[in-house]
Amino acid sequence: MNEPDLLAICTRILRDLLMDDRIVLTMNTRRPDVPNWDSFAYINFIVALENELGIKFNVAEVESFETVGDIVTGAMARLR
Amino acid sequence: MNGKSPATDFRERLKAALATRDDVARLTVLKSLSDLSPDYVQTIQLDKALSGIAVEAVEKQLLRVRVAVLSTGTTNHLLPGLRVAALRRGFFFDVFAGAFAQYRQELLDPASPLGSFAPEVVVLSLSARALIGALPIDADREHVEQILQTEVAEVRSLWDAARKRFGAVVLQQTYMDVFEPIFGSYDRIAPASPARVIDRLNDLIAQSARDDGVALIDAARACARDGVDAWFDRARWLQGKMEIAPQAAGHYGELIARVVAALRGRSRKCAVFDLDNTLWGGVLGDAGIEGLVLGEGSAAGEAYLELQRYARRLKERGVILAVCSKNDPILAEQAFSRHPEMVLKRSDIACFIANWKDKAENLRDIAQILNIGLESLVFIDDNPAERSRVREAFPMIAVPELPEDPAHYVHALADGGYFEAVSFTREDSARAASYAANAQRDALRSAAQSIDEFLRGLDMEVTYGPVGSLELERATQLINKTNQFNTSGRRYSAAEVAQLAADPDSVTLQFRLADRLGDSGLVSVMILRLSAAGVADLDIWVMSCRVFGRQLEDEAMNIAVEHVRSRGVETLSARFVPTARNGVICDLFRNLGFELMSGSSAEGEQLWRLSIAKYEERRNFIRRRSGQS
Repeated sequence: MNEPDLLAICTRILRDLLMDDRIVLTMNTRRPDVPNWDSFAYINFIVALENELGIKFNVAEVESFETVGDIVTGAMARLR
Repeated sequence: MNGKSPATDFRERLKAALATRDDVARLTVLKSLSDLSPDYVQTIQLDKALSGIAVEAVEKQLLRVRVAVLSTGTTNHLLPGLRVAALRRGFFFDVFAGAFAQYRQELLDPASPLGSFAPEVVVLSLSARALIGALPIDADREHVEQILQTEVAEVRSLWDAARKRFGAVVLQQTYMDVFEPIFGSYDRIAPASPARVIDRLNDLIAQSARDDGVALIDAARACARDGVDAWFDRARWLQGKMEIAPQAAGHYGELIARVVAALRGRSRKCAVFDLDNTLWGGVLGDAGIEGLVLGEGSAAGEAYLELQRYARRLKERGVILAVCSKNDPILAEQAFSRHPEMVLKRSDIACFIANWKDKAENLRDIAQILNIGLESLVFIDDNPAERSRVREAFPMIAVPELPEDPAHYVHALADGGYFEAVSFTREDSARAASYAANAQRDALRSAAQSIDEFLRGLDMEVTYGPVGSLELERATQLINKTNQFNTSGRRYSAAEVAQLAADPDSVTLQFRLADRLGDSGLVSVMILRLSAAGVADLDIWVMSCRVFGRQLEDEAMNIAVEHVRSRGVETLSARFVPTARNGVICDLFRNLGFELMSGSSAEGEQLWRLSIAKYEERRNFIRRRSGQS
């Protein structure tokens, strides 16, 4: 799975979670850039992404992700 | 099928629902989506969509209940699963999410925000984490026992607070063993090991719950069955203080919704089984009785036997069994009486329908014959076409998706949690026989020349008295589960009923009805309050639908009038609160000679009055048990 694939998955999950199809994620998107992507929705997003990909991030990683790019890179490292 | 993936299909149906302007139509779609075992994200979506439905539409279709979830952990992530599980069972939960570890303050502090929420149901979701953390591993048995007794006493005081402050029903979650072993297998022996402590704690909690009339949410058992990793996620605990993993939220919500439904009399009552390839293997019409796959000797034959054994256990605990099969009726009954391996006997089946008609129609007949609602039925059939036909015709009937392999039938049926119970009484175990006797009574009724002849021939006898300690559990169950013959819809806990029974200003009456076909047990309860001088108020009157049409209401009223007359009462007043389910008794008080007071409306609460002096004793064919006056 490559970067665009993962970005597409992230976008779909976040659109579903926030029920907002206008959301477009890029590697540089940060949480505050997306309306309603609060800390609770963030955990839900991580839960959904982990479920979908069958991976588990470290607790420290989850705390350190700043951009969607960080999440995508982190996921790619675990899928490799 | 349309070839779309279930996820795409769900997304499209949800979008279509959201585009619907009509809230009632939108809610109907959301309810049907809730039946498709939505995953974590889908559950959040459904919950969000549900929150957009106008209150009026919600109240038209769902029963609203205010539920507070109070916890040693955080609870926000559990709420969508809880609300969607409620939706699935025809409820709408207004939820109060307890803050992290604030359960004590929320319950005990009069200024806590829980006060204005006024919960009807309080869920206590507690962890043994703190208790285990504080307990030295070398603590001896006495020390551990003392700590546990203190803990249980505290929990009971919280139950007490929830009831006294809010009149709420309490649901106590059992303690999940999510902790790592200290010794290994020796943990089972060491008194202070987590495994041992939690076992003992759950024992004590279960005993106390029974004594105090508190319902349990057995998260511990679910966690043990699904595996700790399914219910507890160490990362989520560290990140968000979640004692229950987000992935388990849907299952957790189900456990709670099932118990609330059971408390409100909304558990299902009857399991309707197909025959061919459901209760036995093979097609009876083709294979003949000797050709059926059933019984020891083959794995498949034993699988069908397992389902029969499970059905029999259900019957023993009060679930009514019925058969609905496309078969020759004579041959089908013969298979029951002649096949040596049959565990289920013909007499276990309260209503047996084998014919070639549409199954949806037959199910409607079964509900009618048993005098229960379609929403009380669970239909178990191996044939996907029959299942989808029934789902389409009657969405209120539960139709579990059966796996192809009969080895998993029992699991699929049990997994649905359709028959959740919060108590188990003598009446429950006798219920199946009672429904079978009712079918016999129906046959007598059709054969009789007149209704009087039929009733006289039954040789009915009523036994009655105040609600004593022996009747307490059944009387409380009847009050809280009865939806049809229920004059006011009030709910009482066992403790409250006991209080009323002991109160000199109240009269409680319980009635048992027997006839020559059987004893129906305790089937009716009245609570009367003696208010201002000379006035008695019929606070609630419930009667089991099993004895409808047998004149018990006439004789019960005769008895009630005698009781209050002897207490100097001149006027008996009664409230009737119409609900969606009690239309069957809308003329009850008029028929008994009460007068409707002005100011009462057809939809709202009605006030009826009866002058005791003018009461004409209601004629009927029920005699009173000798020794009773």
